[in-house]
Amino acid sequence: MTTTARAAERTGVEVRLEGLERHYGATRALDGLDLTLHPGELVALLGPSGCGKTTALRILAGLDEPTVGRVVVGGKDVTNVPANQRDMGMVFQAYSLFPHLTAQDNVEFGLRLRKVDRSRRAARAREMLELVGLADQANRYATELSGGQQQRVALARALAIEPSVLLLDEPLSALDAKVRVQLRDEIRRVQLEVGTTTLFVTHDQEEALAMADRVGVMSQGRLQQLDTPQELYAHPANPFVADFVGLMNRVPAQVAAGRARVLGTEVTTLDGSVADGTGVALVRPEHLTVTPDESGGAEVVDVQFSGAVSRVRLRSDAVAEGTELVAQLSGSRLRGLAPGTRVSLGLDTDRVLVTAP
Amino acid sequence: MGPVSGTVTRGTSPQRAARRRLTVFRVVVLGLVGLFFVVPLVSMLDFSTRSFRTGGRTGAAWAKLVTDPQLSGAIVTSLVLAVLTVVLMVVLLVPTMIWVRLRVPWAARPLEFLCLLPLTVPPLVIVVGLKNVVLWLNYLFGDTPYVLALLYVVLVLPYAYRALDAGLSAIDVTTLAEAARSLGAGWATVIVRVVVPNLTTALLSAAFISIALVLGEFTFASLLNYDTLQVAINLQAKSDAQESIAASLASILFAAVLLVVLSVVSGGRRRRSASASARTTAVTTGTPAPTTPAQA
Repeated sequence: MTTTARAAERTGVEVRLEGLERHYGATRALDGLDLTLHPGELVALLGPSGCGKTTALRILAGLDEPTVGRVVVGGKDVTNVPANQRDMGMVFQAYSLFPHLTAQDNVEFGLRLRKVDRSRRAARAREMLELVGLADQANRYATELSGGQQQRVALARALAIEPSVLLLDEPLSALDAKVRVQLRDEIRRVQLEVGTTTLFVTHDQEEALAMADRVGVMSQGRLQQLDTPQELYAHPANPFVADFVGLMNRVPAQVAAGRARVLGTEVTTLDGSVADGTGVALVRPEHLTVTPDESGGAEVVDVQFSGAVSRVRLRSDAVAEGTELVAQLSGSRLRGLAPGTRVSLGLDTDRVLVTAP
Repeated sequence: MGPVSGTVTRGTSPQRAARRRLTVFRVVVLGLVGLFFVVPLVSMLDFSTRSFRTGGRTGAAWAKLVTDPQLSGAIVTSLVLAVLTVVLMVVLLVPTMIWVRLRVPWAARPLEFLCLLPLTVPPLVIVVGLKNVVLWLNYLFGDTPYVLALLYVVLVLPYAYRALDAGLSAIDVTTLAEAARSLGAGWATVIVRVVVPNLTTALLSAAFISIALVLGEFTFASLLNYDTLQVAINLQAKSDAQESIAASLASILFAAVLLVVLSVVSGGRRRRSASASARTTAVTTGTPAPTTPAQA
């Protein structure tokens, strides 16, 4: 296929992972994963280490084989196509640049294998390095570049071959915090610009929520929930997702017939599967209200001021000794709150997720 | 070079005295070790160039290295053997080791054991054991000394393995191979275009160690009756001691040159990778302005 022919269909293809299972002896790294990426979409797979997210990405790349299931890219079954014929761009955690080549030659590598002639190759590599803002570093070797620059070159190299799918395997995890945020925005900008369907694997929920069109939360080889970041945060499908995405307070609740009594407020439970009796309500920090009250059942431990929205750590008589609650309050509501202040807590939502204690 | 500021800032601190003592110690040790190495070499040079008839100097013994057909023939044999051994070693070991790293990691231990095994068996035992194999080799390839290369490959295996293993450990072979494959490279391309170019230093050191080993090997060649350099030197020592010493010194110097080349090549590689950091430090530190007496 020529470069121009592929450029025409560059708007992204659909990717389907169907019933993927990967067994290693008795353990199942993947246990029935179904995932569809819409054309041009960036989907993040999020989960703790060992949840199978990296296995899923490697199977899509062709670097690992599923025990059961199919990989379909752009309507074609590629389950048995070897990695080097899959036409996928991949960015690894770190140390993936070829040390004996300059940044420019690294980006040209894939084009050279595709027998693109020298001038076209060089021009394309320039264009890619410009896209990631490193045109002036083209003649440097990997060891002469910072970690962030190396990952940018790796991104340029992956995109140079105009891949049908872009795969990002925790590309930011080896970088320090400031560079990580910068490069995160950069990757998203570039991805939107080229419009390549992208699978991004990470264990950092902040990264996933900030970058992805949709986030898939994985646990024990299965997809727990696949939704937009907003939906995921606001309406987690189960306690695992709720706990993993964003911060959750665990507050005792009295459950009866789909209703729960939490901090003196009657609310609807989101998950109807909890038996009547005592449960634990999962409450977001911004859904806790804090009012100064001499006879209140809680006490302020600490106030962390950070601009428009600040964090208040609380100790409550209702919660077991040693665990603290966190509330997120806007600046004006902080008035009268200091370490040691007695307060009463309330709920600022009408629906909560309740789990077994 | 202000004399005033010099005495004020430097002074005679105890650290300086300690440092000077350490420097003296170093010079003495280096001198002694140097003498230990240099004296025999200079003696060899002296002996091999001395003319006993006139009492002056002569290059006759050195000239014989080339003109004496027996000795020059042995030198050529040894050099060809060294090259053959290196080629066989590279062809055998490099793809095997890369393949084991990439595809059959469970075989790493057995491979290491196999490669280090020749180190534990005395050469004499190997020769006796291989005598019949050599007869077969002679039957297949004719009675040529070059069949020794097949035995020498076994002999250099432990050293070459160590050198290559160190080189492979220094790069992330798995990630580089996966990156290359995702860019469209087949396995052969991965090995030839990605892994081997990053192994040059390890390859060179494996090759040079093999060459040095083959040029210095005596037991195999002597017991199997082939005239290699060391066998010829031993033979010459009985008839013409000067010529034999000249040949010995020549082979030592050749090995020394190889080692120097190796260290220069590997040093150059390291410098290239360090040049980036060096460039930045040069900018930040700059050259300190010299303090003149006028400023003080």
